[in-house]
Amino acid sequence: MILQVLYLCSAVLFILSIKGLSSPQTAQRGNRLGMAGMTLAILTTMASHFHTRLLGVLAALVCGGGVGFIVARKVKMTALPQLMAAFHSLVGAAAVLVALATLLSPQAFHLGVRGALPRSVLTEIGLGVMIGALTLTGSVIAFLKLQGRAPKCPFKPRQARSINASLGLFCSVLLAMFVGTESTWLLSGLVVAALLVGVTLILPIGGADMPVIVSMLNSYSGWAAAATGFTLQNPLLIITGALVGASGAILSSVMCKNMNRSLVSIILGGAAQENPSTTSSGGGAVSPSAGGAASQRPVKLGSVEDAAFVLSQARSVIIVPGYGMAVAQAQRVLGEMAQQLKQKGIQVRYAIHPVAGRMPGHMNVLLAEADVPYDDVFELDDINADFGATDVAFIIGANDITNPAAHDDPSSPIYGMPVLDVEKAGTVLFVKRSLGTGYAGVDNALFYRENTLMILGDAKKVCEDVIKSLKAV
Amino acid sequence: MDISVGAEAIVSKTQEIMANLEVVKSQVEGVRAVAGHLVAQQPAASSDPFMSALTVFVLACIVGYYVVWNVTPALHSPLMAVTNAISSVIILGAIVTLGSDMSTFTSSALTFVAAVLASINIFGGFGMTHRMLSMFKKRK
Repeated sequence: MILQVLYLCSAVLFILSIKGLSSPQTAQRGNRLGMAGMTLAILTTMASHFHTRLLGVLAALVCGGGVGFIVARKVKMTALPQLMAAFHSLVGAAAVLVALATLLSPQAFHLGVRGALPRSVLTEIGLGVMIGALTLTGSVIAFLKLQGRAPKCPFKPRQARSINASLGLFCSVLLAMFVGTESTWLLSGLVVAALLVGVTLILPIGGADMPVIVSMLNSYSGWAAAATGFTLQNPLLIITGALVGASGAILSSVMCKNMNRSLVSIILGGAAQENPSTTSSGGGAVSPSAGGAASQRPVKLGSVEDAAFVLSQARSVIIVPGYGMAVAQAQRVLGEMAQQLKQKGIQVRYAIHPVAGRMPGHMNVLLAEADVPYDDVFELDDINADFGATDVAFIIGANDITNPAAHDDPSSPIYGMPVLDVEKAGTVLFVKRSLGTGYAGVDNALFYRENTLMILGDAKKVCEDVIKSLKAV
Repeated sequence: MDISVGAEAIVSKTQEIMANLEVVKSQVEGVRAVAGHLVAQQPAASSDPFMSALTVFVLACIVGYYVVWNVTPALHSPLMAVTNAISSVIILGAIVTLGSDMSTFTSSALTFVAAVLASINIFGGFGMTHRMLSMFKKRK
């Protein structure tokens, strides 16, 4: 009874902790509530299952906790997506291990006797193992992809579909046989098969689809925890798993909507059919402009000095950062540049597109790291109407999210995608490494506009040089 | 003489108390019977444990849906870090196994590893969230 009440308190604390994230002012308190909930849950469980072997739990908390603590302090903010993928894989692994232990010692959980477990329990164990194993390898592959170390996908996306379908079918058969026989070997087979599915599912997916995949794996890690909760009949695990699962699912749907893609098409490798050029190399795809005629059009190239002059003459500037800024590690210099402009009395704001970066909210974290105050940073819906009244839009490391083709070219693969209407600004300064296309493989009509000035070069270098020129002006 | 009168009084008082006790006892029996009846009926009323688990699950999904839509997009990265940390409550499963006489050596070993992995996540997740959030500052 007391146990259940304390678990309920933990669950409420977890919900409040997520609720705290609804504004930056309450977010730190939310995080502390989450920590309190976790502490309460662990202490309650330890107190109610008191045994000398619990020293093992303390050892695990100290070892694992130490590693986690150090990692959380050392990791670079640009590597955040990789870190999240790695963390998701750990949840998956823990879910698999707990499910296996449940099958080996069901008495410990008062679930029945080994060899005569109810079918419902066996089904829950089987499902938990499957989701956990899939999350484990899927996240490892996502981690490698984000690190740029993933092995090349040995099969085409279309083959991947049939491989995944047959592996999925094989898993269901194994699951059914396991529920019928309660064989440990069949469960181990199921683990191996599900581990394989994780690999074949994520391997063919392009690098730039990773925001969706990282969110999706976040969701899976939640469902894995919920499945374990069903097996152990632990309401706290079920509630928490459902919260996390829902959170990840919402994040992936937000990402999909803003990439103009459906979750199904990403998972099934549908992207390949839409733009064949982008599947293998993902975000880095720099193919010659799709339309030969388009590349003939004149582009106005500007120097860093031109950019500094245009910026210094402006009254209001909106900066649009993209993943290229993160790759070039340019956030701090960009922040300094903005500070310079502010000192000249220029209004500087930042516009963040939901899919800028490699995970949801990544740009906001990077800008916060560069000491940009969060009330200078705006979401697409809050700032899009202001471009018309802005003198300069400064685009750095972004491309597709500013492409007007999303509004006016029904034949474009990004048609209908929400974009930042930068072309409405007085002048568009486009900092870019080359005139190549972005991830979607579409030419950006913005390059050829009257009011666009292209500044070619590395994002960090350009910002540094602009600062120098601004000081000289 | 005085003593025998006192003794008689005590005896009669005791008998009276005993009689009262009988009444209380029978009342308790009655209450216990009713309670027992209720307890026996309860499982039938709230159906099997799977259904109550499913109820909790579905309701928690709905709560999650509304709470998460309220999170500002600027904090979506911390959201992912914090949900990652709390999904490691899976460590409870490991604690139960380790804290039971009835778990075998193999399952204890498996869950020990699970506990280490989950701990990395708990400390890493909350730590990362804290680090990210402490960078978010208001305009001076």
